Amino acid sequence: MTDAAKLTGLGLVALFMAIAANWAHDLAYQVHALILMALSAGLAINIMRNADKPKKPVDTTGYMDDVVRAGAIATAFWGIVGFLVGVVIAFQLAFPALNIEWAQPFANFGRLRPLHTSAVIFAFGGNALIMSCFYIVQRTSGARLWGGNLAWFVFWGYNLFIVLAATGYVLGATQSKEYAEPEWYVDWWLTIVWVCLLAVYVGTLARRREKHIYVANWFLLAFIITVAMLHIVNNISIPVSIWGSKSVQIFAGVQDAMTQWWYGHNAVGFFLTAGFLGMMYYFVPKQAERPVYSYKLSIIHFWGLIFLYIWAGPHHLHYTALPDWAATLGMVFSIILWMPSWGGMINGLMTLNGAWDKLRTDPIIRMMVISLAFYGMATFEGPMMSIRSVNSLSHYTDWTIGHVHSGALGWNGMITFGTLYYLTPRLWGRERMYSMSAINWHFWLATIGIVLYASSMWVTGIMEGLMWREVDAQGFLVNSFADTVAAKFPMYVVRALGGTLFLAGGVLMGWNMWMTIRGGVRAPAPAQVPAE
Amino acid sequence: MDDKETRDPVTGVDTTGHEWDGIKELNNPMPRWWLWTLYGTIVWGIGYAIAYPAWPLVQGATSGLLGYSTRGEVAAEIAAVDARNAEVSATLAAADLATLPVDDPAYQFGVSGGAAVFRANCSQCHGAGAAGGVGYPNLLDDSWLWGGTLDDIEYTVRHGIRNEIDADARFSQMPAFGEMLSKPEIAEIAEHVLALSGQEHDAAKAEAGATLFADNCASCHGEAGTGDREQGAPDLTDAIWLYSGTREAVTETITNARFGVMPAWGPRLSDAEIKAVTLYVHQLGGGE
Repeated sequence: MTDAAKLTGLGLVALFMAIAANWAHDLAYQVHALILMALSAGLAINIMRNADKPKKPVDTTGYMDDVVRAGAIATAFWGIVGFLVGVVIAFQLAFPALNIEWAQPFANFGRLRPLHTSAVIFAFGGNALIMSCFYIVQRTSGARLWGGNLAWFVFWGYNLFIVLAATGYVLGATQSKEYAEPEWYVDWWLTIVWVCLLAVYVGTLARRREKHIYVANWFLLAFIITVAMLHIVNNISIPVSIWGSKSVQIFAGVQDAMTQWWYGHNAVGFFLTAGFLGMMYYFVPKQAERPVYSYKLSIIHFWGLIFLYIWAGPHHLHYTALPDWAATLGMVFSIILWMPSWGGMINGLMTLNGAWDKLRTDPIIRMMVISLAFYGMATFEGPMMSIRSVNSLSHYTDWTIGHVHSGALGWNGMITFGTLYYLTPRLWGRERMYSMSAINWHFWLATIGIVLYASSMWVTGIMEGLMWREVDAQGFLVNSFADTVAAKFPMYVVRALGGTLFLAGGVLMGWNMWMTIRGGVRAPAPAQVPAE
Repeated sequence: MDDKETRDPVTGVDTTGHEWDGIKELNNPMPRWWLWTLYGTIVWGIGYAIAYPAWPLVQGATSGLLGYSTRGEVAAEIAAVDARNAEVSATLAAADLATLPVDDPAYQFGVSGGAAVFRANCSQCHGAGAAGGVGYPNLLDDSWLWGGTLDDIEYTVRHGIRNEIDADARFSQMPAFGEMLSKPEIAEIAEHVLALSGQEHDAAKAEAGATLFADNCASCHGEAGTGDREQGAPDLTDAIWLYSGTREAVTETITNARFGVMPAWGPRLSDAEIKAVTLYVHQLGGGE
């Protein structure tokens, strides 16, 4: 019965996609229709082939960890893809000839750039968050995931969203909104997947055995709910045709800009900050084997963060058509946000009270600690850059890029690496990671990579900001724009090298995970024993 | 609550008594410095929101005690510079550039102001150093398409070349000879042009091309190929090329012609700015 319903549904989807591919107005839409047609036809054939076989009973007594295992692999895979594209575009900026002629327009910097940002934020970060949600909510509730295979739908649905978004960028479909580039039907699909994620999460939480809800779950729930709201409001648009990818935004002018940066800043706030703080609040105490430092601090900084972050968006629009009053409010809320942001860093670092010696012996703890250090740095730098007069120097320069990457590589990247190193042996039932010294190498490659990246961008950012505003005694501009581009060249090379180191660390992690999953453990060389 | 069960043995601090998957929470107070800094930022925020435009009302917003606005700030800065330069700027706008002495403050003002105007408006095509590029003339040399006197340069800047904005724009159009001559004929003219500029060439073809050149090209480029500034026709005898002087590029130019466009800056720049950039370009090296 259910098979019949599934087959009918999939058949209709495949048929509709065949029609859509035929009538498509643009290449991206056509390719997407073909992907979806092949996918639904393939699923239908799979159901038919297995129709007469008896269904294997599923053991629903324990935790549902298969989907977390898939999430861990997807996180590592998309991480390496995202870092690789980042390295490519960093070299394209330093050496424009790398916008190779025969690969135009697909491999143009303009198309690869959103591919990089979405791959690292949504594919790498998103899979890490969903995986962590599923793992943490089960462990801290003492309950199996609610909704049966709905969790699998969330995993595959989310990754389908990523494939559609990524292919769309390369083929030229974009809304031209930063971090919200996917077009209307991709947005609709993500909305469905996200609501299912919320259902799984809340459903599991409702089954919890402990009366209180653990702090990690507050952050993860805030992340899921707020991202849903941000995504829907910022993507309200009217498709030009049902057979094409183009759509028209419902907001126009400065309202559109304000909505976009309300979304954009809170993508940082609730995706990259609140969500990853949820990860931090589980994996740091687990790895350190210490209690969380302060319950009071966690309550106050949680509500402070949630309340304040949502207002901070206008600081992206200083000195624009946005009215001054809105920019002032964005700036004021950003400054007040400083301490609530730091609350997470304090609670994370102080959790190591009584376990600081592990920094010497445990490279995973070292990763988590440095991620908190970068978190603290980025959440100090952010409020500082939101100050109007600082922003007049920093805005539109590479300083912004440096700021984003010290947060993304340092905080999000390092905490995710630590999480993957924590989870991989536990999920696959291994004693520990295959190679502990590879984790150490990863730590140093990534750390040096971030330092090169962030410091080179600080230097070029401040330099170009100063060059843009430099005037002579009579008030005339001293530099042309091309002068500033030429001056930045050496730092662009340093940045690309930093990115390469970071990528190398990611590849090392992928190898280490692979070897761990295969089942090996590399024994450390025995310590030298003094002769008797 | 039983202290023994809820006390953390390492730090001696009480826990909250909850436990999730082995994770407990200590009941530490919030760090005082953290709390006081938070209060401090809140107090500062309230003060800032009173001093600066912040609170939206039904119509508009509070303007703040300091009366600050970003637009007002920029306008004040521009007005201050304008006021400082008002006198010299007026002198420059009214000056006859040809007779303006080099040591006049207006001349110095014009050259540095013109450099700024150039970097903001002209460098995109002519290069930050004014050395040009393929299709965009080098302004550092003394080879001029439309003339290199101050008056010529000022006219070119004000009206532009071959644009549709300004009826007085400089205009001329080279025909696409690919529609009139055969390929061998074009090849012969190309060899002749290579010969004119003293490059390696096929002497027999160039000889044949001389007649074709006289019939088709000389009316604009001159009998000897030295060009005509009245029509913006380039001198073909020197080593300076707007679109490259290789055999392939010359053949391409003869076959399809070229149609370089420069915008008219009259509607966009003030009189003083146009004169300033004229002075700047004139003193780069090739001014006549």
